[in-house]
Amino acid sequence: MKNRSSKTKLSRRTFVVGTTAAGGGLALGFHMPADAASSARAQTAQNEGVEVNAWVVIKPDDTCMIRIARTEMGQGTKTGLAQLVAEELECDWKKVTTDSITPGQNLARKRVWGEMGTGGSRGIRTSHDYVRRGGAAARMMLLQAAADQWKVPVGELAVSDGIISHAATKRTISYGKVAAAAAKVPAPDPKSITLKDPRSWKIAGKAIKRLDTADKLNGSKIFVIDTKLPGMLCAAIKDCPVFGGKLKSYDESKIAGRPGVKGVYKVKDSGVAVVADTWYRAKSALEALPIVWDDNPNAYPTDAAIAAHLREGFDAATNNGDRRNGDAVKAIEGAARRVDAIYATPFLAHATMEPMNCIAKVSADKAEAWVPSQNAEASLAALSEASGLPLDKCEVYRSDPGGGFGRRGGTQDYVHQAVAIAKNFPNTPIKLIWSREEDMAHDFYRPISQAKMAAGLDEQGNLIALHVRISGQSINAFLNPALLSGGKDMRQLQGYDVAAGDAQLGYAAPNMLIEYVMRNTHVPVGPWRGVNTNQNAVYMECFMDEVARTAGKDPLEFRRSLMGNFPKHLAILNAVAEKAEWGKPLPAGVHRGIAQFNGYGTYSAAVAEVSVSDAGKLKVHRMVLGVNCGHPVNLDQIAAQCEGSVAFGLTAALYGECPVKDGRMTSLNFDTYQIMRLAEMPKVETIIVPTYDFWGGIGEPTISVVTPAVLNAIHAATGKPVRSLPLKNLKLV
Amino acid sequence: MAKLNINGRVHNVQVEPETPLLWVIREQVGLTGTKYGCGVAQCGACSVHINGEVMRSCSIRVGDVKTTDKIVTIEGLSPNSSHPIQKAWLAIDVPQCGYCQSGQIMAAAALLKKNPKPTDKDIDEAMTNICRCGTYQRIRTAVHMAAEMPAGGKSAAVTGQKA
Repeated sequence: MKNRSSKTKLSRRTFVVGTTAAGGGLALGFHMPADAASSARAQTAQNEGVEVNAWVVIKPDDTCMIRIARTEMGQGTKTGLAQLVAEELECDWKKVTTDSITPGQNLARKRVWGEMGTGGSRGIRTSHDYVRRGGAAARMMLLQAAADQWKVPVGELAVSDGIISHAATKRTISYGKVAAAAAKVPAPDPKSITLKDPRSWKIAGKAIKRLDTADKLNGSKIFVIDTKLPGMLCAAIKDCPVFGGKLKSYDESKIAGRPGVKGVYKVKDSGVAVVADTWYRAKSALEALPIVWDDNPNAYPTDAAIAAHLREGFDAATNNGDRRNGDAVKAIEGAARRVDAIYATPFLAHATMEPMNCIAKVSADKAEAWVPSQNAEASLAALSEASGLPLDKCEVYRSDPGGGFGRRGGTQDYVHQAVAIAKNFPNTPIKLIWSREEDMAHDFYRPISQAKMAAGLDEQGNLIALHVRISGQSINAFLNPALLSGGKDMRQLQGYDVAAGDAQLGYAAPNMLIEYVMRNTHVPVGPWRGVNTNQNAVYMECFMDEVARTAGKDPLEFRRSLMGNFPKHLAILNAVAEKAEWGKPLPAGVHRGIAQFNGYGTYSAAVAEVSVSDAGKLKVHRMVLGVNCGHPVNLDQIAAQCEGSVAFGLTAALYGECPVKDGRMTSLNFDTYQIMRLAEMPKVETIIVPTYDFWGGIGEPTISVVTPAVLNAIHAATGKPVRSLPLKNLKLV
Repeated sequence: MAKLNINGRVHNVQVEPETPLLWVIREQVGLTGTKYGCGVAQCGACSVHINGEVMRSCSIRVGDVKTTDKIVTIEGLSPNSSHPIQKAWLAIDVPQCGYCQSGQIMAAAALLKKNPKPTDKDIDEAMTNICRCGTYQRIRTAVHMAAEMPAGGKSAAVTGQKA
């Protein structure tokens, strides 16, 4: 690093900050290239098609290849973005293919494709405008090229399914025939483009089939874990099981002579890796390797110690951020009736089905990585930092990750490790794969928290005051300390915002105090699909039911009485209540629960129908999920995300916890970190109620309402509130 | 040294006998559709058929596989993704990330072979693979749809694009 120029250092640092900030949820500015002669018009080989603009490549057979910058990891973004481009392009959807651009290409072209990071349910909601303009600009250029060829005014042309026609002269020509000429037409000013009214969409907004299903059915889809490169070796790794600890020593002689083993390598100061010709040989040799760790003496030893640390936060004199109106503490003290409860949620692991992995290949003047990444630009930055090579000597190749859920975003720890190992084998690809046990032992876990809730009711059972104090770990303190402002961290209060937009609380009370008290531990934390909305929705929505019951009111009616200023929250709540026939008698033993929340711009609500047997066994029969994401882009994929969110949320509610013992994680595989199976999946009905006046996300928001709806139904069934998770640790009756 | 019959082809592989069949399939034979998810027979991403039975290949030592055993992986389930399960999966857009789906499809295909018209309860009991994206509802629907298809034939219900 020392011999690099200050200019290189500066540019890389700027870039790293850019990607980190993006990972924290900031949308970056984007400008389409207006200069027709710019390098953005590289014409690729004839059989690969012609690049009309950065988003659209057209082949002579009329295939439209749409470039995708965001990551597809199951959530359907690739198909959704292609729909948005194709809608404006007016091409034949049956001839659409996609191509994932690399971060090196994006950097070389001054980020013509904008942000690549895919988290915070941003894949579509923060790129819809420029991708649609990209499709529209390409259409305008294709039409202009045809007009030039026919020497007619462009205004006389029409286009449908990629066929341009001129009615007066009865001429037609396909996109593939004019693409080369279109690429030379000056690009229109993006600001001059009028986009279609979403209500007139033909391709976007529909329940169109995914573009990427076929190769998931026959084993031909290649994930990074499946990738094989010439001369490649494989690596298995163990990092100190106590977070913050270090590697002390290992005895390589004990694995001498094992077949295929190439060597044992220290990785940074806390890990050790075995490299072999195959991964299984590397892993089994690593398991046989005696390792001595230097454990972190400052680690919290147990769950109980962490719980006590959080509980102490309830009595702290100051907080780390709040929102307030009136005087909630005083109002509760003077209230006719008060309700108090303490809730708790545990650390959770992401447990993506494809474990963490990365292939790195490093030489003196080039570093390459193959990474399943939610943020390929963060991967590139990590590759540059770890290899010591400037960004323009680095490239990251993408394969769609086998699940992400927030684990594969800004941190890129596996890239750093793979590069550290690969430096021992110049110009040789090293495929690092984490075992499931390593994956579970070294996650960036969903932060642990507890919530002290208090409410005051007047004589008539009206809510006059609400006081919420959340004590728990901060994601920003661990990953993005620069985002903390004066020690304040409002991100941990996600979903309780005053302002409308991203994550607004949908209730009003004359006196309200919602505050966060930071209590960090040695356990790494990070965004976990839904981030803080999941826990915060459990606290707020379950407590709302408790307060409603104390007030002697129906939970739905009680909520409605607080939601007069929040019409979008209320509308989706009403929609699920109607669909689930709230209030209509259910079969004996079946009970309902309801919840609503706003996150990632999207308004969600759910009704759960459950029964609890005399032995305390829970069965979730049915869930109705309602969602208003503003502009729905693919109705079937929204339904798929809602269905998936039920499995993701219920898994956490039923089983999810990462206990800490001796400073380390103890649930290291699916035998102890249980995941819900098909037999436990309720029937899910999704209703989509768009209002077309904003753009919300879909990959995360509905998870937040799943658990509280189920817990409220359990409360209705048993008469007892559920205040801690997971349910497997509780006796329900 | 092991001799394995995989998808109708015999493979001679040089490997330690304690190596799990999963890793031999992936690393020595080079068929990567069969996935590693847990290594302890919990998740089912490694599911293959051995003599028609669905088995979790991560927990079978290659040394315990007989040369007469007929192993079928996702790559050998059908030519051209034409198995009714694959067609139903396409029609319903079951997969999300797709990583677990090879195992899900192999488990579902084995179920239909034994039980051509499974009930919901049969599906509950047979389909124990983990899907972290949560495609369970569509898996159930697709198994029922596949059960309605004539075996090996075409179904008007299947109109998935880009088949």
